[in-house]
Amino acid sequence: MRRFTWFNATSLTFGFAFLYLPILLLIIYSFNESKLVTVWGGFSTKWYGELMRNEAMLDAAWVTLRVAFFSASLAAVLGTMAALVLVRAGRFKGRTLFSGMVYAPLVMPEVITGLSLLLLFISLNLDRGMLTVTLAHTTFSMCYVAVVVSSRLVTFDRSLEEAALDLGASPLDAFFSVTLPIIAPAVVAGWLLAFTLSLDDLVIASFNTGPGATTLPIKIYSAVRLGVSPEINALSTILIAVVSLGVIVASLADKRLAKSRGNQAQ
Amino acid sequence: MSGKWRMLTLIGAPYLWLLLFFLAPFVIVLKIALSDTAISIPPYTPQFDLSGGWPAISDFFSNLDFENFKWLIDDSLYINSYISSLTIAFFSTLLALLVGFPFAYAMARAPDNWRPLLLMLVILPFWTSFLIRVYSWIGILKTEGLLNQLLMWLGIIDQPLIIMNTNTAVYIGIVYSYLPFMILPIYSTLEKMDESLLEAAIDLGCNRISAFWLVTVPLALPGIIAGCFLVFIPAVGEFVIPDLLGGTQTLMIGKTLWKEFFSNRDWPVASAVAIVLLLLLVVPILIFQRLLERQQEAEAR
Amino acid sequence: MVATSDKTPAKGTIGSGNRKPGESTSQAWLKEDSVPIVEFRDVTKRFGDFTAVDNVSLKVYPGEFFALLGPSGCGKSTLLRMLAGFETPTSGTILLDGKDIASTPPNLRPVNMMFQSYALFPHLTVAQNIAFGLKRAGMQKGAVEERTREMLRLVKMEQFSGRKPHQMSGGQRQRVALARSLARNPKLLLLDEPLGALDAKLRESTQFELVNIQEKLGTTFIIVTHDQEEAMTVATRIGVMNHGVLAQVDTPADIYENPKSRFVADFIGDVNLIAAKVGGARKVDGEDCIHFTVDGYKQDFVARSAEPLAKGTEAYLAIRPEKITISKSKDTQAANQIEGTVDDIAYVGNLSTYHVRLANGSVIKAQEANRRRISNRQITWEDKVWLSWTAGGGLLLAN
Repeated sequence: MRRFTWFNATSLTFGFAFLYLPILLLIIYSFNESKLVTVWGGFSTKWYGELMRNEAMLDAAWVTLRVAFFSASLAAVLGTMAALVLVRAGRFKGRTLFSGMVYAPLVMPEVITGLSLLLLFISLNLDRGMLTVTLAHTTFSMCYVAVVVSSRLVTFDRSLEEAALDLGASPLDAFFSVTLPIIAPAVVAGWLLAFTLSLDDLVIASFNTGPGATTLPIKIYSAVRLGVSPEINALSTILIAVVSLGVIVASLADKRLAKSRGNQAQ
Repeated sequence: MSGKWRMLTLIGAPYLWLLLFFLAPFVIVLKIALSDTAISIPPYTPQFDLSGGWPAISDFFSNLDFENFKWLIDDSLYINSYISSLTIAFFSTLLALLVGFPFAYAMARAPDNWRPLLLMLVILPFWTSFLIRVYSWIGILKTEGLLNQLLMWLGIIDQPLIIMNTNTAVYIGIVYSYLPFMILPIYSTLEKMDESLLEAAIDLGCNRISAFWLVTVPLALPGIIAGCFLVFIPAVGEFVIPDLLGGTQTLMIGKTLWKEFFSNRDWPVASAVAIVLLLLLVVPILIFQRLLERQQEAEAR
Repeated sequence: MVATSDKTPAKGTIGSGNRKPGESTSQAWLKEDSVPIVEFRDVTKRFGDFTAVDNVSLKVYPGEFFALLGPSGCGKSTLLRMLAGFETPTSGTILLDGKDIASTPPNLRPVNMMFQSYALFPHLTVAQNIAFGLKRAGMQKGAVEERTREMLRLVKMEQFSGRKPHQMSGGQRQRVALARSLARNPKLLLLDEPLGALDAKLRESTQFELVNIQEKLGTTFIIVTHDQEEAMTVATRIGVMNHGVLAQVDTPADIYENPKSRFVADFIGDVNLIAAKVGGARKVDGEDCIHFTVDGYKQDFVARSAEPLAKGTEAYLAIRPEKITISKSKDTQAANQIEGTVDDIAYVGNLSTYHVRLANGSVIKAQEANRRRISNRQITWEDKVWLSWTAGGGLLLAN
């Protein structure tokens, strides 16, 4: 049985302090009575109340959620298809280009993706707004979904599909009744990733948004540029809480699922 | 639906999507980079117009030139931005490695039942908003911020440190934001490492330190390289961190491009900046992709 | 099977396994004045509540090929790892060449280990792997190359010196691992399940090669294995371990013929264990034996015993299937006979094993060499048969 050595425990402590202290301080100061963010003026939840009355903020939140939902859903479908192509399609003309186009957006600087998509929408005469932001988000997040799903597909035992075909299922049947349920956790994980990426994106949205489609990160960004404000702290705290909760619940559910599957296999 | 058609649909849908929304935009960026700025909507000329027939098309091509690229060379702002971006990205990557390696090492050597929790704690910040995480440092680093308050209360300094709006703040921001990208690949190579290799090295006469340099580090090298690329590539084109934490003297190409586009509304120059940035990154991106492929091949064996 | 001549020789005079008697080790363990190279004195190792090694004392002599044999989790690997220095004993001392090695770190012990996973460095070539330990020892470059070549020759891997571990088969990796661990010319080589990853055929030929190399070099080998055939093949002596305790230390032949406990008898080879009730002492052909009864049968049986047993004690008769003769008629000459019904016949080509049900419901296995073709076999299912064996064939073991 391994134990923590003194050195390892120290580096983990310092590392996690570095990763979590800023967020923790941000959360603590969201409950600060004082308008001056860095001076403690007593406990208060008034900034949360303030936030709830901020119509513009709420509108932006609503826009962001819709964009995130639609782009994540579209990305989940396209990304899963792309993963299937990468893992299953074998060699075909243009495969290199295809895998290049799937992997490149993962490391592409956001400013370039944002700018290039904007120029595309302009030359297509598409008005900038929710639609263009959704399309833009779908494009880069489908690549993340493809990576997540294909790593699951690689380890997928193809004899399961062959068994389904052997038992009389059509290829499409076999996909929907055997393959998809098995890779479903990866698709869900991909969807979640796409959803948070969209929720999070400032740069690409800034390029591609139009009047009436201001997303939350854009709103936060313009507020932050003016300096620290307790209201933004409160908003950040809510976002962090929601996302953390989602991730923890998803990972626990995944663990339980893996466990019950493991039991069945025994 | 026959097998062939099914395959065609499967390949076709994501393929067309990426061609339209990923590849085509680059062609347009390239075209606009070769155009001239104009006071119009959209603010550049010439505009591509098929209705004019062949003469219009050839006229369109003859109006494209490399003037914007020449402009990039002439104005030191751009060159300096590129150089400064690469320098900042390079040193942040080095810093992230120095912080990330011991951390990943400690995670991989942690008791088995602790590791899933530690892994989740490293991944969790990645899910929370990037913008918020960068923002959280403003309250800490600014002149009347929490760090200065703490240091002055401890009596370590009596004048507040100026960190906010300097390159130091940018380094801190980049290391902080991209640390998980450094930790995770290193962790995964270290975690896979067979511990009997270290025992074998010690059995053959190594002490702990030489075993670390002769066995652990060479075996973690693929993870180290992957981690460095994962930090370096996005750091070069970073916009949010230099904009929020850096000062006016902080030059980074992502920020320059943003300014050129939103403040100066000079789309052709912004496009030219993007093209050069892309060219700068194409080599590291390709190397990175090759490494990934090689690693996957090695794993498949 | 020649029943009458089946006498047990005096303990320790049987040559071990596949070695010519007296070779290389001269049975040092029999001599009073032999100096052991390794000595465990009351060594105990606990991991939390779990006792992995329980008060083990053991001496291994120079030039021996000693096998630690036992089921997985019996503590044999822990014993080996304490010797290498990767674990420290909770109590007790380990002496190497008469010196306590507790304070010597593993990298300074004149002991090398061949790991179960081979632990070949994946980023180094075969030659670099072998040279690794030599360089640490501060050897000159030329000498390192010379010694590396010598080791490659020893394991017949000269043409693979530039390969990386992943470019080789399991058997080749095993050879490189052996060469690497022998390169520093250790006083003692520890082998942790060295052949576990090889397939059955390759394992067999490798066992003989290991023995040849060990005899050529004269280095003391201690091997850990869970494979009793492997232990019997390679070892001069075997230490059988169970639940952290050394159950018996003896030559392979003695372990097989004279097991001291039910566990050892059952673990090594195939054995019938029949519940018996001790009658009393009796001399058979001048040898001390004990007679006993078996539930469901009126007649007396006779067997050797590892220790004196009081009348009326519950004991077990341990008898190997090949020591039992099966026939359709009663053999009045044999010291022991018992009647039963054939339940099952397992035919494996050279041998047939008959499962014979006794009157009390227990089943005895009897093995016959198939000297005739199967179609000429006389005994078949549901036949009434007589099983017979000599007084020396079986061994009574206390419960």
